[in-house]
Amino acid sequence: AIAASAAETAPDNVTHDDYGSVAESLTGTAGDAASGATIMTDRGLGNCIACHEVSALKDAPWHGEVGPTLDGAGDRWTEADLRGIVVNSKMVFDGTIMPAYYKNSGFVRAGDLYTGKAAPADLPPILTAQQVEDVVAFLMTLQD
Amino acid sequence: LLGGTLGASADENAKLVINGDIEMVTRTKAPDHVPFDEIRSGWTFRTEETQVLQMDDFDNPGMIFVDQAIDNWNTVEGSEGKSCASCHQDAESSMQGVRAVYPKWNETAGEVRTLAMQVNDCRENQMGAKPYKYDGGDMAAMEALISVQSRGMPVNVAIDGPVSETWEQGKEIYYTRYGQLELSCANCHEDNYDNMIRADHLSQGQINGFPTYRLKNAKLNTAHARFKGCVRDTRAETFSAGSPEFVALELYVASRGNGLSVEGPSVRN
Ligand code: HEC
Ligand code: HEC
Ligand code: HEC
Repeated sequence: AIAASAAETAPDNVTHDDYGSVAESLTGTAGDAASGATIMTDRGLGNCIACHEVSALKDAPWHGEVGPTLDGAGDRWTEADLRGIVVNSKMVFDGTIMPAYYKNSGFVRAGDLYTGKAAPADLPPILTAQQVEDVVAFLMTLQD
Repeated sequence: LLGGTLGASADENAKLVINGDIEMVTRTKAPDHVPFDEIRSGWTFRTEETQVLQMDDFDNPGMIFVDQAIDNWNTVEGSEGKSCASCHQDAESSMQGVRAVYPKWNETAGEVRTLAMQVNDCRENQMGAKPYKYDGGDMAAMEALISVQSRGMPVNVAIDGPVSETWEQGKEIYYTRYGQLELSCANCHEDNYDNMIRADHLSQGQINGFPTYRLKNAKLNTAHARFKGCVRDTRAETFSAGSPEFVALELYVASRGNGLSVEGPSVRN
């Protein structure tokens, strides 16, 4: 695993406001929207399109319909809102089916990726802090 | 491979008639304990190309395994010098209706038994033979042979009386959000059936069609193997095949299909 830099906020230390938004960058380094696009289509990373349709990502096959389309998400939400949604959407949408991408504890029978085996003691979050920032940067480009 | 997810979506009202003869109930009113209006067999969610493979036994690759299991049925194994046929004669008559009511309570043993548990109980305690691997090929084939004798009969699994505690446990598992993705069976198969999740058209996750021949892995699959796969896909530590948790889950999930026809061996992508 990549060692977390000192400036990075650990999953347990992220602060959501009353609406679930996370104002501060997790890394202090601006997100890379192109990398965010890759993360969103990669099955082993965000795999966001498993549930969401995103017109800007139509080059990647198979967009699901479990969640709403993300077209225009950058208009509907602020950067802080989107960071809150990607970090832990349950802070924004109570009980949502959408997974929390920057959380590493509090699971029932957490596994080690898709092996079906038990998770290691130091289970990393699904996305790294910088990957979250990259995804948020990409979402901000989704303007109507 | 044929079918898979690439073909056209199937006609919502397609009817499943096997060999032009056995009429299957693939959609029916949900039992009271299921929060839907209508329950639907997984068959109704598959593409036309996959659907037709189940309409004729000559096209159904699962039937090859039924033939293999007939051989096993008649093979003497174990210390007692017996085969299944020694006690149950021909499966066609003795196993009629059996699949439809499993898992069920076994009074002598005082436990809920799945079909697989019963087969292994007979192997170990009646034949003195080695048990089959719970979700292995021999077991899947034997389950197919037994299921085929009930094809077209309605699933009718009891949920009250001595099984009620196990049923409640299965229900709790069904609604528990497992793994790092925090997803329950219900999140996908109750809240989102008929939706696409990436390339997969989500069904209600019924098990009336098990064992299932999957084009994806070209073999017969048991319900517990499918449960394992679905739990694994939530980035969770799975339960093992035959575990008390999966036995309870099987009872609960089977009961959600009460009223659908026994379809095994079915064909899925
Ligand atoms: C298993 C399904 C699932 C996955 C995977 C998923 N989401 Fe979601 N997402 C949802 C659902 C459902 C909602 C709607 C909120 C609700 O009511 O539950 C949602 C809502 C959202 C919203 C707000 C939508 C809007 O514009 O109003 C954003 C933004 C979002 N998701 C981004 C993402 C990103 C980015 C990823 C991947 C890193 C992702 N989602 C992965 C199911 C999912
Ligand atoms: C992340 C989504 C997801 C979750 C959670 C999930 N499944 Fe599935 N399941 C699928 C997909 C996708 C398929 C293949 C398409 C289909 O038949 O629905 C499937 C198929 C099945 C099938 C085969 C149905 C058939 O007719 O062949 C069964 C049975 C099943 N699931 C049961 C379960 C049970 C029980 C649980 C909980 C332990 C569960 N699933 C959790 C996604 C999921
Ligand atoms: C020596 C006799 C004997 C042999 C051999 C035997 N069984 Fe059985 N089987 C039984 C008895 C007795 C029962 C009833 C068990 C009970 O109710 O506790 C039974 C019950 C069953 C049932 C459940 C039927 C129902 O209506 O619930 C199945 C299925 C079954 N056996 C399958 C098999 C298979 C498959 C084999 C061979 C691999 C086999 N049996 C070999 C004696 C035998």
